[in-house]
Amino acid sequence: MAERSFQKEVQTLRLGAGEVFEGEGILAVTKALLQSGVAYVGGYPGAPISHLMDVFTEADGLLQELGVKFEANASEAGAAAMLSASVNYPLRGAVAWKSVVGTNVASDALSNIASAGVLGGALVIVGEDYGEGSSIVQERTQAFAMKSQMWLLDPRTNLTTIVDAVENGFRLSEASRTPVMLQLRIRACHMTGRFVARDNTRPKLTTADAAGDPQRDTSRIVLPPALFTHELEKVRDRWPAALEFIASSRLNEHFGPGEGRVGLIVQGGLFNALNRALELEGLSDCQGASALPILCLNVTYPLVPDELVAFCSNKRSVLIIEEGQPEFTEHELNTILNRHGLTTRVCGKDFLPRAGEYTTQVIRSGLRGFLDKWHPELGITAPASQAAPDPALASTVPPRPPGFCTGCPERPVFTAMKLLERELGPSHVSADIGCHLFSTLAPFNIGTTTSGYGLGTASAAAFSSGSRRPIAVMGDGGFWHNGLTSGIGNAVFNKDDTVTVVIDNGYAAATGGQDNLSSKAILADRATGKSIEKAARGVGVDWAHTIERTYDVGRMKDIIRAALTGAEKGPKLIVAQSECMLNKQRRESPRLAAAAKAGKRTVRDRFGVDPDTCTGDHSCIRISGCPSLTIKPNPDPLREDPVAHVNHECVGCGLCGEASHAAVLCPSFYRARIVTNPHRLERWLVSLRQFLVARIQAWARARRALRAY
Amino acid sequence: MLTQWIARLGSQNGYRAQATSVPGVAQRTGATVYYVEMMPWAASEPEPILSLMPTAGDVDVVLASELMEAGRAMIRNLVSADRTTLISSTHRIYAISEKIARGNGIANGDTVMSAAQQRAKRFIRFDMAETSHRAGCAISAVMFGALAGSGALPFPRAAYIEAIRSEGKASAANLAGFEAGFRESQDLGGAHASAPQDPMTPTTEAGRALTTRILAELPSSTFRMAVEGVRRLLDYQDYAYASLYLDRLVELHGVDSERGGWRLTREAARYLALWMAYDDTIRVADLKIRDTRMKRVRNEVGAGNGQLVNVTEFMHPRFREFCDTLPRRMGGRLLHSRWAKRLLGRFFAKGRFIETTGLIGFAVLAFLASLRRWRPSTLRYAEEQARILAWLKLVKTAARDNPDAAVEIIQCQRLIKGYGDTYANGLAAFDRIITAYVGMKDEPDVAPRIRGLREAALGSG
Repeated sequence: MAERSFQKEVQTLRLGAGEVFEGEGILAVTKALLQSGVAYVGGYPGAPISHLMDVFTEADGLLQELGVKFEANASEAGAAAMLSASVNYPLRGAVAWKSVVGTNVASDALSNIASAGVLGGALVIVGEDYGEGSSIVQERTQAFAMKSQMWLLDPRTNLTTIVDAVENGFRLSEASRTPVMLQLRIRACHMTGRFVARDNTRPKLTTADAAGDPQRDTSRIVLPPALFTHELEKVRDRWPAALEFIASSRLNEHFGPGEGRVGLIVQGGLFNALNRALELEGLSDCQGASALPILCLNVTYPLVPDELVAFCSNKRSVLIIEEGQPEFTEHELNTILNRHGLTTRVCGKDFLPRAGEYTTQVIRSGLRGFLDKWHPELGITAPASQAAPDPALASTVPPRPPGFCTGCPERPVFTAMKLLERELGPSHVSADIGCHLFSTLAPFNIGTTTSGYGLGTASAAAFSSGSRRPIAVMGDGGFWHNGLTSGIGNAVFNKDDTVTVVIDNGYAAATGGQDNLSSKAILADRATGKSIEKAARGVGVDWAHTIERTYDVGRMKDIIRAALTGAEKGPKLIVAQSECMLNKQRRESPRLAAAAKAGKRTVRDRFGVDPDTCTGDHSCIRISGCPSLTIKPNPDPLREDPVAHVNHECVGCGLCGEASHAAVLCPSFYRARIVTNPHRLERWLVSLRQFLVARIQAWARARRALRAY
Repeated sequence: MLTQWIARLGSQNGYRAQATSVPGVAQRTGATVYYVEMMPWAASEPEPILSLMPTAGDVDVVLASELMEAGRAMIRNLVSADRTTLISSTHRIYAISEKIARGNGIANGDTVMSAAQQRAKRFIRFDMAETSHRAGCAISAVMFGALAGSGALPFPRAAYIEAIRSEGKASAANLAGFEAGFRESQDLGGAHASAPQDPMTPTTEAGRALTTRILAELPSSTFRMAVEGVRRLLDYQDYAYASLYLDRLVELHGVDSERGGWRLTREAARYLALWMAYDDTIRVADLKIRDTRMKRVRNEVGAGNGQLVNVTEFMHPRFREFCDTLPRRMGGRLLHSRWAKRLLGRFFAKGRFIETTGLIGFAVLAFLASLRRWRPSTLRYAEEQARILAWLKLVKTAARDNPDAAVEIIQCQRLIKGYGDTYANGLAAFDRIITAYVGMKDEPDVAPRIRGLREAALGSG
């Protein structure tokens, strides 16, 4: 079950011609695919396109009606490989993933398909996770587009433009026999907007039809001598065809006057920010009526030399607004102008920062610097150095890093590792991609490196014959994505003496809680419930244990200790299994609430801290970090340090109690088991008990009153 | 939810509204910015070009669901004095860095409050978490109500309620939360009176006798703290023990000077009481079984009238604590005997679950609590008193040479807290600082150095 349900939104995918679609960018893209007659879709989830995968999943019914094949691919490499369906058949296909990391994983297949070329339109929708809030390496997808020669669309962030880009992407792909990447920035994916819909179209040829009539063409196989021909085809046929299509379809747009002393060239995805920067300088309005000529590149690769030459002619200088580095476009523009003998000065990273997100603020500063130098007649001056933010404020406001959710079953694994670290000393810990990577932050501070999804075990390989066994952490998502082969299989083959802890919460939780092979959910269209331990044993791991309740910190600690200190050599696997609490609560809370409302007996646990026995040392927090385990001012007039406090978000996972037992912490924690609608006998017994207890308490109170102040 | 309501509010009232967000890992407790832009627009007009991110000096309203979020918005320059209405909840969700400090790591909210007053055109604030808790709704409903109440957007109140309705979220709780938010945003008074402190009125003969002594033998600036100390020790042990506390305090007062405002006595009133009321098994059991505690638990977990609450304690008594509670000689001998440790140790290897609401659990704790009157004969008592006396002796000597250092040493008691290993670590840190002090006591900057060591030990390292 995914984090967000799109049941309601999926209905908008059925809109017909002329109706107005209103909704999120990611949903608009899905609608555009259906309007374009796509024959197959796939991908791998990850922000910001996780929801696209969720929408595909929930729209599976509609996809089947239209004869569209949907595959929840095992990895981006798998998704990219699926595009080979468009190599020999006129099938339109689209796959989606998070970039740049997903593109890294997919690059093997992408290189090969780009080399062979495609017959049907092949579209890769890359959710560009760059800039604020990003969780991945900051690199440009454009490098992949360029090296493999795939075209890169970066449409203006406006739903109509984005929807058109999908359709045009397929056409461009078919016209130039080249796969096309459609880049969507994170905010564009989640932007709300509207466009006028068209009817959904059934694919002319379905994948089922194609499978029934197999076609073969050896010239499309990446083997010598065809592969040399492919390279030639790329530059001789496909490239010119693409330029011709882009120019004739006017995929790039012009704003403002045709002529001017200076011009602005902007990536489509940054156009809105540029326009706002111009507005703030009084040089444009909300309709994009710019006072300066703008060339908006909705296609950022390839560049159309004629378009650029025409735009740059008779201008003193142009400013290219290109986010990220290296500044490929700026370099190529210089080459193009040089070859055409133009002396127009190309500016870019000399006025704009080389690294980091191009916010409106950043573009505005760069623009002012550029205009000050190259168009002083406008009277706009370069900005003075940024006013320093209030230092008192900056030093007061604490950072708010991401962390494990309330009741997360992964937390106790790291509590156990933290306690064990105190006992055995620190081990080298290779972390992995997933929620569990939060272990590297406070309060656990466990984990040394992270080198890719499912690569935790592989990353520990170099340390596998040292005096102290390294620990690798991997999620269930990472295990199935890549970890089983590159990590576990590799460790078995090389007889690596490593310990792998697979944190199996039943979902690809970090990407939004999608199901995977080992998920517990029983699904009609997918096979789930496959055992991670069995899979590992299948590739040859002999020492493997599954812990079915990670909250048992004592047990968790014992098993990791055994793996670290046991005499047996070779790879060891611990599967720490407990369901993702977010997903569990989403399912269980409404069910419990309904049962309680219906008068059924329900039991709910909650934890608490007694403020009068808590001494405010916060050891408990340093081995937990649960959001619901927090602090509050000490009610005791003598004590100064805040006491620990469990707030009402507590889901009663039990870690607080287990940790205070395992770490011999403090007797302040209590578990309150709250029984709603108790049985009559139960109620009667409790009142009898309470009667007796109340007597003793009253007596004790009276005695205390005698010696009170 | 709030973003959707705001966008809906615009689109239902002749505006083109665009919302964006950066979710992802940020939603798991990280800071997230949701951004809405809207402008008057008719469907016949071309689509306006709206921005996907806020720009400094270009923001009309900032809504912060927690006080430090308001601080972050100001650090990002999103709040400008000529334009921005800042609507913030005043409650705190403490960041991990604030929570993991061994001492008090809480960031100063006043810095943010005063910055907001200076930097915002208008600053509307109240405790929205409290308001939403009372209304039983999500905080978004209260924030939406506060937005309506602020009048910062050109829409009537009814339009807001209509927006909630059309998003299908018009539950009674959300509407109540909206109303409460609307109402409270109008009231700029803000500061509620703080709770009155416990009165200095004794209720027993013992209390009166001790109060007389406090008034006669101690300076007035220490009264309140000394009364709290006496109150604690009476509850902890008895009249004799509270008298011992006053004896010790008065003795310290003898080496204190008025020039420093009797600072040493004032600080000692607090820390001496805390050390003398060290947390032992007897004390914990005593506090756990009180009727006031049971009421507090029910209240804290939000149990209603028809619900039963069973309370389980997580205790991990070790062999050490067992010996601590025995008579001094016996406890000492047992603690250092190998065979006893081997024989009895296994009973203390595991943590215990004690159900205080059950009869057996209650009886066990009641028995432990009843050992109070024998406390002075226990091993732990003897050890703690020896430590206290050594500490006081050091302080008295220091007070003559370097009064500032004496105050710093008194305050080092703050390191000794917790149970089990935590207690042992705290005591070790205390001992380290005392040793360091003895080594450098003739140096001129010894006082600030002790303070530095203590604060480092109370940090989050």
